[in-house]
Amino acid sequence: MNRRQAYEAAQRRRALSVAGVSTAAVLVAIVVLVPLAPGWTAVKASFFDGGIFVQTFPTMLRAFLIDVMIFAWSVPLILGLGLAIALARGAQAPALFPLRIFGAVYVDVFRGVPVVLTIYLIGFGVPGLGLPRPWNSPYIWGTVALVLTYSAYIAEVLRSGIESIHASQRNAAICLGLSPRDTMRYVILPQAVRRVVPANMNMLVALQKDVALLSFIGPVEILRQAGIYKSLLANFTPYVVAAVIFLCVTVPATRYADHLLNRDRDARS
Amino acid sequence: MLKLLTSAALGTVLLAGAAVAQSCSAGKTLTEGKLTIATGNPAYYPWVIDDAPESGKGFEAAVAYALAAEMGFAAEDVVWTRTSFDQAIQPGTKDFDMNMQQFSITAERDKVVDFSEPYYTAPMAVLVRGGDSIDASMASLKALKWGVVASTTALPVVMEEIAPKASPLVYDDNANVVEAMKAGQVDAALFDLPTALYLSAVVLEGGKVLGQFAPDESANPDHFGVLMTDGNPLKECVDAALAALKADGTLAGIEAEWLQEATGVPLIQ
Repeated sequence: MNRRQAYEAAQRRRALSVAGVSTAAVLVAIVVLVPLAPGWTAVKASFFDGGIFVQTFPTMLRAFLIDVMIFAWSVPLILGLGLAIALARGAQAPALFPLRIFGAVYVDVFRGVPVVLTIYLIGFGVPGLGLPRPWNSPYIWGTVALVLTYSAYIAEVLRSGIESIHASQRNAAICLGLSPRDTMRYVILPQAVRRVVPANMNMLVALQKDVALLSFIGPVEILRQAGIYKSLLANFTPYVVAAVIFLCVTVPATRYADHLLNRDRDARS
Repeated sequence: MLKLLTSAALGTVLLAGAAVAQSCSAGKTLTEGKLTIATGNPAYYPWVIDDAPESGKGFEAAVAYALAAEMGFAAEDVVWTRTSFDQAIQPGTKDFDMNMQQFSITAERDKVVDFSEPYYTAPMAVLVRGGDSIDASMASLKALKWGVVASTTALPVVMEEIAPKASPLVYDDNANVVEAMKAGQVDAALFDLPTALYLSAVVLEGGKVLGQFAPDESANPDHFGVLMTDGNPLKECVDAALAALKADGTLAGIEAEWLQEATGVPLIQ
């Protein structure tokens, strides 16, 4: 080991120990200081009741399966519609101009309206037109609301991906004799989609959380189940249970998205 | 002169009486000499008429003013505020002395907050829309799709006493349940009887109260109590005032004035 390496190793050790000490100091401060707050016992009893945690956990987990189900059938619909909207917005032919307008209006409207409002309006409004069962199910129209909102976001992400592909790629494809359709399908989209995978992963994590908003129109999924327990037990611990269950899913998903992002950056640099 | 003296003497006696009555609550309210009462946001008929508790119109508004008078507060010393259910049960200091919004007294809730003695016992009633084809037998009730409000004790009653075949849908408030009934997503909903009567008469077109559960037969009868913070010293004053109102028939009179239509609804066997 030469002097320079020895110096760098020492610097690293020093940085590590400083980081360790400061992290420990913050943790100790939280663990020691928070319970000193005058209301801590009341907060602890209301939010961190071990008995209630154990009692409600199995039902909460079962309610979470409804969230997972809604998520699972929403994602393919969102990706499909999002891609269609992105392509509509990017349509080049003059005759397709109305399609571009439609895409732009669609994205503006559904990105601009809060998800909850879309869920309310579509979840109660459309079935109110007089649809027979089972076609008026809140599951169906809640899903439609989620798909409309999230496909607008995904469309924008995909469009930015498509626009980030250098014009030389398109020109090269034309030189090879590919039709505009094949250019998009075999040259542009594969690169664009790969480039925006991390951003889309973030959208999916957000979607996983927003699925809980469907509880507003009836389904007893995890957020609503927590609300029911809160009301029956006059205790907020079930919300903590819900948060823990959500974190178990969303933390690995965000970590994976970060991993993809890093890999993508490394590959490009 | 004599008249003046008499009225002065009477005034002194009244003032003294007020002072004696208020001595129970002296120093126990948030603002000395004022009684802060919370209600829902919005507060519903027939509990509070026109969402204006200051008018003293509506059952709970009238009971609130009667309680305040009994405890020695003049009507102008009553201060109204609004809270949600969650705000009423969350830990920490509260911005109300008493909270009246049809809180059902349950053992679990009683651990976190204090309740007065009940001021009303509400039967649970079944609200349906266009219910000519539905009869009030238990067998036909089981076959219905139910909707309830999450923060009420209606859900346990539906699950335990009716035990419907399809799992109920759960909503945030009365308006959402009504909207779901209009959309045909639920067939029937369970409310306390006065609320069900109001919704059927005013809010839900074609609404009908199918029947009520006798409160004494119900496993968890719905006793409404005044909610206070846990260990609130005001509780004994409220209970004493409530006992006085019950003894001299004032409470029954208020009930007759605002909740009289509650009679004559068939019982569900």
